[in-house]
Amino acid sequence: MDSIHAHYPYWVVLTLLVIGLWGMLLKGNLMKKVVGMTIFQSAIILFFILSAYKVGGTVPIYDEALGVGDPSLYINPLPHTLMLTAIVVGVAIVGEALALLIVIYRTYGTLEEPVLVERMK
Amino acid sequence: MSDVFQSNIPLWAVSISLLATLGILVSGRKPNLREFWTLLAGLIKFGLVLSLLPSVRAGKIAECVLLQVSPGIGLSLRADEFGVFFALVASGLWIFTSIYSIGYMRSNQELKQTRYFASFAVALSATLGVAFAGNLLTFVIFYEMLTLATYPLVIHKETGEALRAGRQYLAYSLTAGVLLLAGTAWIYNTAGTIEFQPGGILGGVEAAPNAIRCLFFVFVAGVGVKAGIMPLHSWLPNAMVAPTPVSALLHAVAVVKSGVFGVVRVVGFVFGPEVMAEHGLNLILAVLAGATVLFSSLIALQQDSLKRRLAYSTIGHLSYTVMGAALLTPEGLTGGIYHISTHAVMKITLFFCAGAIYVHTHKQNVSELDGIGRAMPWTIGAFTLGSLGLVGIPPINGFFSKWFLCLGSLQAGWPMVLALFILSGLLNAAYLLPVVYRGFFRKSEEFAKFDEAPPLMVVPLCTTAALALVLGLFPNLFFDFFELASGISEMILAS
Amino acid sequence: MNPPHLVILIPLIFFSGALLIPLLERWRHGCAYGVAVASAAVGALVTVAGLVEVSSGGTLRYQVSGWAPPIGIELVLDPLSAFLSVMLASVALLVLVHSGSVVRRELPGKAMPLYSTALLLVGALLGITITGDLFNLYVFLEISSLASYALLALGDRKAPVSAFRYLILGTVGASFYLLGLGFVFMTTGSLNMADLKLILSNLESSPPLLVGLVLITTGVGLKMALFPMHGWLPDAYTYASSTATALIAPIGTKIAAYVLIRIFFFVLDPGFASGEIPLTTAIGYLGAAGILWGSILAIAQTDLKRMLAYSSVGQIGYIALGIGLASPMGFIGAILHMVNHAVMKGCLFLVSANFLSRLGHADIRRFNDSTRVHMPWTAAGFTMAALSMIGLPPFAGFFSKWYLILGSVEESNWVFVAVILISSLLSAVYFFRLIERIYLRSPGRDSKYPDEAGGAAAPDGGREEVSASMLAPTLILASALLVLGLLNVWIVNRLIQPMIPAGL
Repeated sequence: MDSIHAHYPYWVVLTLLVIGLWGMLLKGNLMKKVVGMTIFQSAIILFFILSAYKVGGTVPIYDEALGVGDPSLYINPLPHTLMLTAIVVGVAIVGEALALLIVIYRTYGTLEEPVLVERMK
Repeated sequence: MSDVFQSNIPLWAVSISLLATLGILVSGRKPNLREFWTLLAGLIKFGLVLSLLPSVRAGKIAECVLLQVSPGIGLSLRADEFGVFFALVASGLWIFTSIYSIGYMRSNQELKQTRYFASFAVALSATLGVAFAGNLLTFVIFYEMLTLATYPLVIHKETGEALRAGRQYLAYSLTAGVLLLAGTAWIYNTAGTIEFQPGGILGGVEAAPNAIRCLFFVFVAGVGVKAGIMPLHSWLPNAMVAPTPVSALLHAVAVVKSGVFGVVRVVGFVFGPEVMAEHGLNLILAVLAGATVLFSSLIALQQDSLKRRLAYSTIGHLSYTVMGAALLTPEGLTGGIYHISTHAVMKITLFFCAGAIYVHTHKQNVSELDGIGRAMPWTIGAFTLGSLGLVGIPPINGFFSKWFLCLGSLQAGWPMVLALFILSGLLNAAYLLPVVYRGFFRKSEEFAKFDEAPPLMVVPLCTTAALALVLGLFPNLFFDFFELASGISEMILAS
Repeated sequence: MNPPHLVILIPLIFFSGALLIPLLERWRHGCAYGVAVASAAVGALVTVAGLVEVSSGGTLRYQVSGWAPPIGIELVLDPLSAFLSVMLASVALLVLVHSGSVVRRELPGKAMPLYSTALLLVGALLGITITGDLFNLYVFLEISSLASYALLALGDRKAPVSAFRYLILGTVGASFYLLGLGFVFMTTGSLNMADLKLILSNLESSPPLLVGLVLITTGVGLKMALFPMHGWLPDAYTYASSTATALIAPIGTKIAAYVLIRIFFFVLDPGFASGEIPLTTAIGYLGAAGILWGSILAIAQTDLKRMLAYSSVGQIGYIALGIGLASPMGFIGAILHMVNHAVMKGCLFLVSANFLSRLGHADIRRFNDSTRVHMPWTAAGFTMAALSMIGLPPFAGFFSKWYLILGSVEESNWVFVAVILISSLLSAVYFFRLIERIYLRSPGRDSKYPDEAGGAAAPDGGREEVSASMLAPTLILASALLVLGLLNVWIVNRLIQPMIPAGL
């Protein structure tokens, strides 16, 4: 119990991951797959950000009072910057997915996968 | 060890017909020019191989390293005695076959002649590549190329039967090729080299007996398809659907002889007599060869189609050589190797005759050949000579190879094999001589209006028949075939 | 030109081309094709210059914006990257040259988006090849994925659906990669490949690291269409336009395989991935399964493109098998097969595009002799590529298989040997079936399609063989197979041997 309590953020992340994956792979509506995908990606982003956290650290912007001598006073900025990039990537992917959904809807008139498979034959 | 010197002649000998292929493809519209390329290439090729004969007799080996992949693995051509021996047979007989082909194709008004002559040229290139291969990898590569080049020839007629035969040929040959490749990799891993060495490269190598036996089976299966060892032989009778010159050269000389050439290379230059004897591998080979000789002769008796009868006869005679390799005695090995050349000359004659008969009279079956000797005396005369040689009647050259094989079996202490050879001779007589009998001694009105086949076909077949006789009387005339054969056998057994 | 700038130019040229096309298209309609081909040509030349530079001078390193690693992003052109970038750029160039009439016919009016995304794709793939930073790799991976989703969606009615499926699965894959990267980063604190190599060689293996590696492998394996994560491939390749498939099939999955090679043999100590947890062994066996599965299913197909797609799954398996051997021979076999397969599959997909363009269909059951009579050169190109795929000498395909067999025998892995041999025979079945049809089957025989007799009416009217812009790339690729086969020794010794990482 202690380890769950101590690492509870990671368990949240794991839950989100599973929810996202479940949505992506097992839901029948294409839009819900996209939603699942977004949740999945968000979970990963959260994971990285969690890894950057240091107990007692502050925002990684130069603070005169703290100086630059002791890195443990600031949380690690690198994962944050990486995740900025990842968020942008995520946005691009969602955008493209939505564009594809528009085309699919225009062509087939549905976003439900079973109906779609039928109409594709 | 013999001297090895660097020379480009082996490379030229292999490639000349590839160059001719270009000429053939380009001059498709002008038959005479196209045929000229074939004949020119044939003569040059034969000449080049012949030029290697004196050096080889003097113990010098011409080598041409094509590519060095990594230490121990490369592509190289090496014209040693065995290679020159086989190359002489193949390239020499190609010239005859080319002349004969021209006659056959034109008389029969065959389609797709350009494809035919082009594939033939590539096939001969591959055959010489097999002959001159200095190591297993080169051998396998040219072996596969031979399969590819002969496929268009097998399916030449493009009938359903031809396509099926072609598919079967491919299935058998490609599987065999793939097994050979695996075996080559395995040998490299076990012995550290894949170069052909007289006396074998596996001698003294640390390897489990089961591994050696397994390796042997892989190789026998690999070369055995082309060598017609039963039960891997069934592609051969079905391939008789190809035009007769194809059957004559490829399925009596180039392709199948590449197979038995491969068997002797594997037995003598990869495994070696000691390893063979130590693990009882030669016994296994002898059993396979003996069964093939026996059953093929029996099946030949039942064939009415002349070409299929000759096909089964070929299967049997190929195993004469395989048996010679299995005997591993000086006389036996000499006889087996020499049989490569004697059988080639005799069988090609018989196939030429079968083709002449077909083109001229459209008869394919033995039962329809009554009285044909009156109409086509030269053809049937040549057939007679060839048949007598295959039975083993002196002074035709077939007698000598057989004689040495028999001596070899006594030397090896296997009298059963001697009995087998004698029985085989009788069976040969039983399935070949009736053709002669029917041709000359039965009468029929069928062929009254026919005369002899066109000269472009008759001249080659008479020449090869005469060659069989002459080489029987003077075994070492021109080409030292017998000397080469016994030299090779000595080389293998001495090490 | 200062040599290191060469490195950044490689992807930059393609990206600039991708951005220029929409702008220039507004200014002057119809120039997209020209700009694309020009960018690809210049890019290909630059990659060749890079290869020459690296072969003689050694690895080139470029620091983006002058920031030194491990903080800054580093681009590294070492022998492996240079070699693969040449292969990438040349195949892409030939496909782009070929694409002119294909796009006109299959995707009228969509030339601009197609060429723009195509250049983005190639640029991103080149970026993956030359990057020296694992996160940068993720970025380029995603750029290439986005471009490929878009490219694959440009096709017939079913294309967007298969593209969407690929999008979902591809994002799962890339995200797994990112997640795995997170674990690795947390364990080591660095993302730069060279830096990681130093850190990891001193590190004990720990659960986060192993989990990270497994996740990375799964993610990349999905992109690579490693069995059993290949499900997206057949549909995606079949429904997309011929150009898209011809671009993605030869090079997309190969670069994913490259990522695995880079990570397992160059970043990690080679012994790590095969010893600690048998990751490379697992990849090898999955590859073997993929080979068999792909080859068997290819036999059952009636559509040429689908057959080639399943065949691709099999061929990726060979590369995975080479990785799985984790030996110098296996490495050589894998790299050689990457190149060979890129050329072979590129040629085959271009051939299927040619058939589609002239015959109006790519249905195998309807191929017959008239195909060859009307399109002799295309048929010849097809035959050469087919013989190479089966693995017959003297074509290139034989040599990569030979190295793989040699490597398998060396490791005494008889399962791999058997798989390679059986699959060669299986490919012989489905390719010779086609060759037989094209060369030997006369039109009148198929009672189901009697209208094929005498030659199909060419949809474009008039000419029978395809135009030069379509034929030339096809034949160049086909003859390249012969050249690669004959020169294979030189390639292995001069180019591939220097690449083999120490400790393999």
